[in-house]
Amino acid sequence: MIPRSATFRANSRAALDNPELVRALGTMKTGFRQKRAAAVDALPEFDALRDRAVAMKNHTLDHLDHYLESFADKVEAAGGTVHWATDAEAARQQVLEICRAHGAHTVTKGKSMIAEEVGLNEALEDAGMRPVETDLGEYIIQLRREPPSHIIAPAIHVSKAQVADAFRAAHGDLDPARELDTPRALLDEARAVLRHDFTAADVGITGANLLIAETGATVIVTNEGNGDLTQLLPRVHIVLASLEKVVPTLDDASLILRLLARSATGQTASSYTSFSLGPRRPEDADGPQAFHVILLDNGRSEMLGNGFREMLRCIRCAACMNHCPVYGAVGGHAYGWVYPGPMGSVLTPALIGIDKAAPLPEASTLCGRCEAVCPMRIPLPGLLRQWRARAHDQRLSPPAMRRGLAAWGWLAARPRLYHPLNRLAAVALGRLGRRRGGFARLPLAGGWTKSRDLPAPEGDTFQARYRRGARRP
Amino acid sequence: MTAKPDPQRQNVLAAVRRGLARTGPAAAPVWPVEPPLIPAAARGDGDLIARFTAAAEAAAASVERVAGPDALGPAVAAWLTARNLPGELAVAPDPALDPAAAHGLLTVRRGTAGPGDLIALTRARLGIAETGSLLLTSSPETPTGLNFLPDFHLVALDASAVVATLEDAWARLRQDHAGGWPRTVNLVAGPSRTGDIEQTIQLGAHGPRHLHILLVESR
Repeated sequence: MIPRSATFRANSRAALDNPELVRALGTMKTGFRQKRAAAVDALPEFDALRDRAVAMKNHTLDHLDHYLESFADKVEAAGGTVHWATDAEAARQQVLEICRAHGAHTVTKGKSMIAEEVGLNEALEDAGMRPVETDLGEYIIQLRREPPSHIIAPAIHVSKAQVADAFRAAHGDLDPARELDTPRALLDEARAVLRHDFTAADVGITGANLLIAETGATVIVTNEGNGDLTQLLPRVHIVLASLEKVVPTLDDASLILRLLARSATGQTASSYTSFSLGPRRPEDADGPQAFHVILLDNGRSEMLGNGFREMLRCIRCAACMNHCPVYGAVGGHAYGWVYPGPMGSVLTPALIGIDKAAPLPEASTLCGRCEAVCPMRIPLPGLLRQWRARAHDQRLSPPAMRRGLAAWGWLAARPRLYHPLNRLAAVALGRLGRRRGGFARLPLAGGWTKSRDLPAPEGDTFQARYRRGARRP
Repeated sequence: MTAKPDPQRQNVLAAVRRGLARTGPAAAPVWPVEPPLIPAAARGDGDLIARFTAAAEAAAASVERVAGPDALGPAVAAWLTARNLPGELAVAPDPALDPAAAHGLLTVRRGTAGPGDLIALTRARLGIAETGSLLLTSSPETPTGLNFLPDFHLVALDASAVVATLEDAWARLRQDHAGGWPRTVNLVAGPSRTGDIEQTIQLGAHGPRHLHILLVESR
């Protein structure tokens, strides 16, 4: 997927003009936020569990090589094959090689953000295979040929009427007069259509929420059960996972599971949490004959040492975007690549380069809600600030902004000049704006006054009042 | 096990070590450093069955208590009849389910489920009271297909096999599987569901539409 993150401003303007998107985002905000809040309130130990999870994940990242090796050795001891991929291209080639070796035609897929990150569907299509997304949301956006707009609800921007249109176009052999007005009717149709694909598939590809170093198991957490059918029915199961998904033990997985479902959907536990280890055993009645795990680096090893290691604690629950005022206004597609919202604004520059994603760290008011709800206590606003500083240093921010900041910086470093000028401005603006209480338009403040009034200062500066001992306004 | 000379493995591990500012492997870490943190509400053995039942029902499963292994067949037959469902079902080849499979009103095929199976009966290893989850493991006696393909997923669970937390379940499995871990472990909390169309929760997405748990008392 070619990133469109550099045009975030234009993307968001288009998003704000899309009434269906605005409506969908309104529902999202109330739904996800209330459910999470209720689930967190019902668990008094939630914050203590977060602290434990942070310590566990920090420990794991400090010894990432060790835990990856124990995981990989356990998978191979159970008859599976582990492939190590340095970048997206290597991962794509490994998947294609496995699919070709098994003469694959139909490839079912459980929901995987890593598959989106490496652009797997395109690669499979180019190689003449038929990838079929089986998560309902992913299936919808695959039919619409769109990227996901949310990491756990990929089709959150699509209305049910649009889903019906996509189904009518794709399922041409069904009765055109059929009723598709309700979510139930749409779901039943998708269930029936995808049942054929589940059984016809030669290869099933899933992601992994966790990798367990203790046992070598890969873990998927789902509600639909599609991931389980994807990994159970085809002859070959491929797990695509990034390096940081590993945890030391099953008990550490339990810790993450207590936080994940609550932070994501407000559930105590997701419907299905499935642990897979190697191919079917000789005496088993079902299961894949071949089992492959692809461990993808694609920038993670660099993040261990470049100031963004804390982002590798992310468990992809989406709480940050569910609570973000910017995401809530423009939705996920505006972010222009695979990962949207606050976590995306930190991760995307790390994975595709800040030069291709410079506007993303600016797409935040730094209000701090994302950090407040993050189950892994990732300091997202702080990391966004780090990216802003780097974008500035690399001269990636708009020239006018850099000139303005340089001028302000020059002035602010000279208090003998700064304070009188500041006071002059406060007094003058206070006088000018006294009657209306604010300004509808002001030179150099167009960015602010275009959409709201600038309140008039009270007539003096904070510092001057503080010096006079005026503690009350 | 000696590592195969896999250059890609060495490349990725070298990059990880560069990121960690190390040149070689570190000494094996000490972990865990403290026992798991278990929420107070999940601790203790008191009233495990009541807690399990409440949590499973909150996850939209139905729970029925069955007096003993001999009562399982009649309970399954009655449950199907009450819902106007046919008495044809796939039953796990687990010997504990033999009496139920022999019930006169049921037409049974022993083995894993196929895509055409509407109803399946299988047996869970453990129940987890904290979340109302069933823990099912793959084995020749309990194939995984039974858990996902049918519309109606009936699961027998020994009442004595309900534990408080997932950590307790892992301790049990570590004991029972010292010689090798099962290929698949499924934690199942309620039936399949999705909220992917306009955030409306619908049950029965790709997996079972109903999950019925039969808690079997031991005699």
